[in-house]
Amino acid sequence: MTTLAATQPEIFRPSRTILVLRYLRRNKSLAIGLFILFGLTVFTIVGMATINWGDAYPLSVRGRQPPSVEFPFGTDFFGRDLLAAMVVGLWQTALIGVLAGGVSIIIAIILGFTAAYFGGWVDSGIKGVCQVLTPIPVFLIQVIIAGSLDKRSVTIYTMAFIVILLAWMGPTLVIRSQVLTMKERQFVMVAKLSGVGDLNIIFKEIMPNLLPFIVAAFVTAVFSAVFASFYLAVLGLGPLREPLMGNIIWAAQSQSAFFNGWWWWPLEPAIALMLILGSLALINMGLDELSNPRVRRTE
Amino acid sequence: MSIRKVVSRLLFLFLVIWAASTITFFIPRISKKNPIRERFIQLTMTGGFSPADLNAIVASFNEKFGLDKPLWQQYIDYFSGIIRFDMGYSLNKYPRTVMQLIMDSLPWTIVLLFVTTIISFVFGNLMGAVAAWPKAPSWLRGCATPFVLLMGIPPVLMAVFLLFIVAFRLKLLPLGNVYSTGMVPDWSDPAFVWDVIKHQILPALALILGTVGGWVLGMRGMGVTIQGEDYVLFAEHKGLGGFTIFKDYYLRNALLPQVTAFALALGTVVTSAVVVESQFGLPGLGNVLGQAINSNDFTVIYGVVLFVTIAVATIMVVVELLYPLLDPRIRHD
Repeated sequence: MTTLAATQPEIFRPSRTILVLRYLRRNKSLAIGLFILFGLTVFTIVGMATINWGDAYPLSVRGRQPPSVEFPFGTDFFGRDLLAAMVVGLWQTALIGVLAGGVSIIIAIILGFTAAYFGGWVDSGIKGVCQVLTPIPVFLIQVIIAGSLDKRSVTIYTMAFIVILLAWMGPTLVIRSQVLTMKERQFVMVAKLSGVGDLNIIFKEIMPNLLPFIVAAFVTAVFSAVFASFYLAVLGLGPLREPLMGNIIWAAQSQSAFFNGWWWWPLEPAIALMLILGSLALINMGLDELSNPRVRRTE
Repeated sequence: MSIRKVVSRLLFLFLVIWAASTITFFIPRISKKNPIRERFIQLTMTGGFSPADLNAIVASFNEKFGLDKPLWQQYIDYFSGIIRFDMGYSLNKYPRTVMQLIMDSLPWTIVLLFVTTIISFVFGNLMGAVAAWPKAPSWLRGCATPFVLLMGIPPVLMAVFLLFIVAFRLKLLPLGNVYSTGMVPDWSDPAFVWDVIKHQILPALALILGTVGGWVLGMRGMGVTIQGEDYVLFAEHKGLGGFTIFKDYYLRNALLPQVTAFALALGTVVTSAVVVESQFGLPGLGNVLGQAINSNDFTVIYGVVLFVTIAVATIMVVVELLYPLLDPRIRHD
């Protein structure tokens, strides 16, 4: 009897990890994006555990040193150790990005769902406000807000707050239109006819189906938050003492770093930021493929 | 095109301008920071006059700039000023008005934006169309990929890399400024004009490389969709030449949504140009804004922001109204 069981063709079930890895092999941009992001995370965590945080602030080390054994990334005009500055700057950039991106996505989910699901004047109101605010270049309004604040009192959290104020319109419109199409699907109709309540339909029927979409919108929101805070900082509107990438580039430009031959000073934050934005853009492209079955590649 | 459509778009434009100016009016007033006091505190710190006179000076300036009136009256004055393109005086360069400062720098920004946008739009769309065109040689189609990869890099970062490679390492182009020190500004002198152009190449290149990927990607996506259309297939079966199909059947139709995308991208493009200008120290709106930020010249900050906002919103509405001329299928009626 035992021989019978042995002859049965054995079905090879790859584990979940293997499946994920296989998918990543097909979805190159997601894989590369995640890889870069992972590298940056490791760099930041290891850095935060080993370096002295204080060195990221002005007047802590000897200034204007090119990259050497003592200072692998060199130091800037104001006496920052740029290695420490990169570590703290990455951490702060991530903080602004996740905080601002997360909060604006939550606002967008609430407003988008409310507008699309309840319709009527609520919908026209929310849609109207979004449409009137959309043609206004968001960044310029952020300049006004940041410019109206006392430069000494601007912190990382203020930056995140400024970004959130005007970052929710785009995702709101996107989520609204997605919910609108989802609302007409048959399973929602069935749920409605079976007497399921509004909140249950929203959270149990529509939300799970939109999840990949919301994750993609979140990555986009983080990307735009990092982008917006960088632009503000590069104009000199950031928290000036903090080693944000934009701040360092702004400081380097205002001290004519290239004219003076301190090439490493503006170059390092630029590369770090390029890696952050690039990895987020790649992940976004990859997620797009994941959530859109039409372009999804199969084995 | 019906009158009603035009009127409703113009009303929308008015609403956008109203929203933008209301935001720029109220935000600074909520923040309780008196720009004039701030400005004079800065002056006292650098020396010049005694702090004792400060209150009197601030009061007289408040009167001069109308900041002592009740809020609603300030608001009405402000809004009627905007409609007349009057944004008040610069705090820092007092006798000059904000509008004068904007008008002096505007030609630079317009030329830079015009040239870079046209090059980026034309080149990017051609590249994208070719990348999606199955009959194009494969080496040409592969050329599009690097441009798409550049898309994640904002023009400002691109500027840093270009400065490092082209200007710092290879020393091919100048590192910044408007023209070389020692040059006499004289527009009839070809050597001077060439010098100015040389200083504009890197910022322009940064803007082009930062924006071209978006067009390539959008056009490639559109191109793939258009290829499957029946009229393209029909044109092929009629025996039309490859180039005619590419130009008249494929490119023209794929280009239409890109024009809409252009109107939507305008805000971002202008913003990038402003930041790049301030970074290279070019004499455009960006530099006016950057200097105003560094010297706490609040009226200029608000003026420039409002001006750019209104310009962008207006162009968007104009593009939308002109769209039926490009696409005969859409008629506003």
